[in-house]
Amino acid sequence: MGALGVKLPTQVMSLHSIILDGVDQQPAKPAVIEGSGTGSMDYATLGELSDRVRDRLVALGIKRGDRVGIYLRKSADGIAAIVGVLKAGAAYVPVDPTGPPPRNAYIHHDCEAKAVVIEQCFVPAYREELARLGGALPSFIILESVGGGAPLATALRTLDERSPAGAVATVESAPDDLAYILYTSGSTGKPKGVMLSHRNAVAFVDWCSDAFQPAADDVFSSHAPFHFDLSILDIYVSLKHGASLVLVPESAGKDPLALSQLISRHRITVWYSAPSILSILAQFGRIPEHDYSRLRLVLFAGEVFPIVHLRSIKHQVPHPRYFNLYGPTETNVCTYYEIPPAIADDRVEPFPIGRTCENLESKVVDLEGRVVPAGTEGELCIAGPNVMQGYWNLAEQTARAFIPDEAGKRWYKTGDIVVENPPGCYRYVGRRDRMVKKRGYRVELGEIESCLYGHAAIQEVAVVALPDEAAGVKVKAHVSVRDGKRPSLIELKTFCSQRLPLYMIPDTFEFHPRLPKTSTDKIDYQTLKALG
Amino acid sequence: MNTTNSSEIEAPIKAFIMTEFLPGEDAGQLAEDTPLISAGILDSIATLRLVEFLEKTFSIEMAAHETDAEHLDTIERIARLVRFKKSPLVR
Repeated sequence: MGALGVKLPTQVMSLHSIILDGVDQQPAKPAVIEGSGTGSMDYATLGELSDRVRDRLVALGIKRGDRVGIYLRKSADGIAAIVGVLKAGAAYVPVDPTGPPPRNAYIHHDCEAKAVVIEQCFVPAYREELARLGGALPSFIILESVGGGAPLATALRTLDERSPAGAVATVESAPDDLAYILYTSGSTGKPKGVMLSHRNAVAFVDWCSDAFQPAADDVFSSHAPFHFDLSILDIYVSLKHGASLVLVPESAGKDPLALSQLISRHRITVWYSAPSILSILAQFGRIPEHDYSRLRLVLFAGEVFPIVHLRSIKHQVPHPRYFNLYGPTETNVCTYYEIPPAIADDRVEPFPIGRTCENLESKVVDLEGRVVPAGTEGELCIAGPNVMQGYWNLAEQTARAFIPDEAGKRWYKTGDIVVENPPGCYRYVGRRDRMVKKRGYRVELGEIESCLYGHAAIQEVAVVALPDEAAGVKVKAHVSVRDGKRPSLIELKTFCSQRLPLYMIPDTFEFHPRLPKTSTDKIDYQTLKALG
Repeated sequence: MNTTNSSEIEAPIKAFIMTEFLPGEDAGQLAEDTPLISAGILDSIATLRLVEFLEKTFSIEMAAHETDAEHLDTIERIARLVRFKKSPLVR
């Protein structure tokens, strides 16, 4: 604060420098705990191991501004690798270790990753796909496995024995250097990379500090995978405040009993996940048999939380504060709403997405980009330090994502239609385009269509999203086939599973002799949606 | 007794999967070794419903770590797990 109580602008720190406090002040405290029981890592080890990753990356020729791929299951090794990439001045690009290797190889090829930290089990398929895509291969840091940091330490030691990597200084990144690129579903059939800078990440993490007052005795869950933007809150808010981060392994992520056990055993205080996970906990997690007493914050984001399940979990676990956080990957959280203590029995309407985060600005515009009066539906636009740099290598899509104003401010168009009511509080209405949220993941229906068009038997395909009471949204593919040769459902789902993440596979398929058309001979999506 | 013949276990599991998750599919396409979870036929919610079905139908209890692809990816594996759970040694 300045002399007049005005907050003075301060030097923007790098994402890796804000977590150093934890390293210095409490070396023996667990920074990362693997929820599967495979290991943990204290702050001193996290600092040392990430330094070694930095040294190795620099020895491999990684320079400020380069990209480094992360292809690891969730583990302490993964966290140390990520911090090491940041310390080398590079941006990390995490991929879904459970996802199809062709998609993951495409992502690292697209962002021209110069190096990749990867587990041995993923190497053969990944290397083959990279070779098929052509171009220079990245340098590999290969771990035999993951767990507690030992496999990463061993991999680095092995490389050192061949050619030692000398200790170098941590790179002090500039605020607009990229910290990470997160790939999300793209409408053209290829995932697109959202570029987030140190300024973006630090602004968001600092807002979380103000809003949620984290402390060193907090225990954060890390439910979201590292390629999903919810992980930014988990990892960096926890490490900034010297708290402990409990990693939920991929294998337990959707298993309600395993999650209940993990919350109880590790005495989790801050939970953050998509609403669908809290829904399955409420239904199948046997909450009364487990100890949820230490939970103080339950945060959820990524999709609308069906009120019936929210009421159920609040009823079973009444004491924490519950927050609905809203924001696309391009801005991270940009509005928030605290769920009131009591939810009326007759309430069916979902809760609002709430007010704009204090460090950002918002406005609601019509199709021409003009601000609409409060109470009128329009597209939510966001400006401020959280807002992404753009999409990697997609200048046109980046230009379309923003509207500049007279003052030169860049407003990111979220694509979400909202209405402001009451003043200062936004309600979510729906999407402007063909993106849907399924279990918190962004799904571009066009990407699923592109995938299915790759199947030899398919003539035409139209993918629609339908409301579903239990799951929130159901994805249905309408298809017509060539020469009446109808592939089996099992064959189509298997085909998709080799090319798309599992959450993008259509739930149901319907076969048609030909798809209905509009008068202009386009596929008639309205008619298809009406079929249910 | 621990002899449960094949149709007592496999048939109801197959019937459940066909009706619930593959409506309209030709039953001949679903073999006992067809991958279910890894091929995207059962998503996470579907897997939970399958577990619920198994617990009720066969009067067994499944542990958290058993509800994954390693144990449930094919009808063959599911049946093996059910048989193990129903064997006198476990009971």
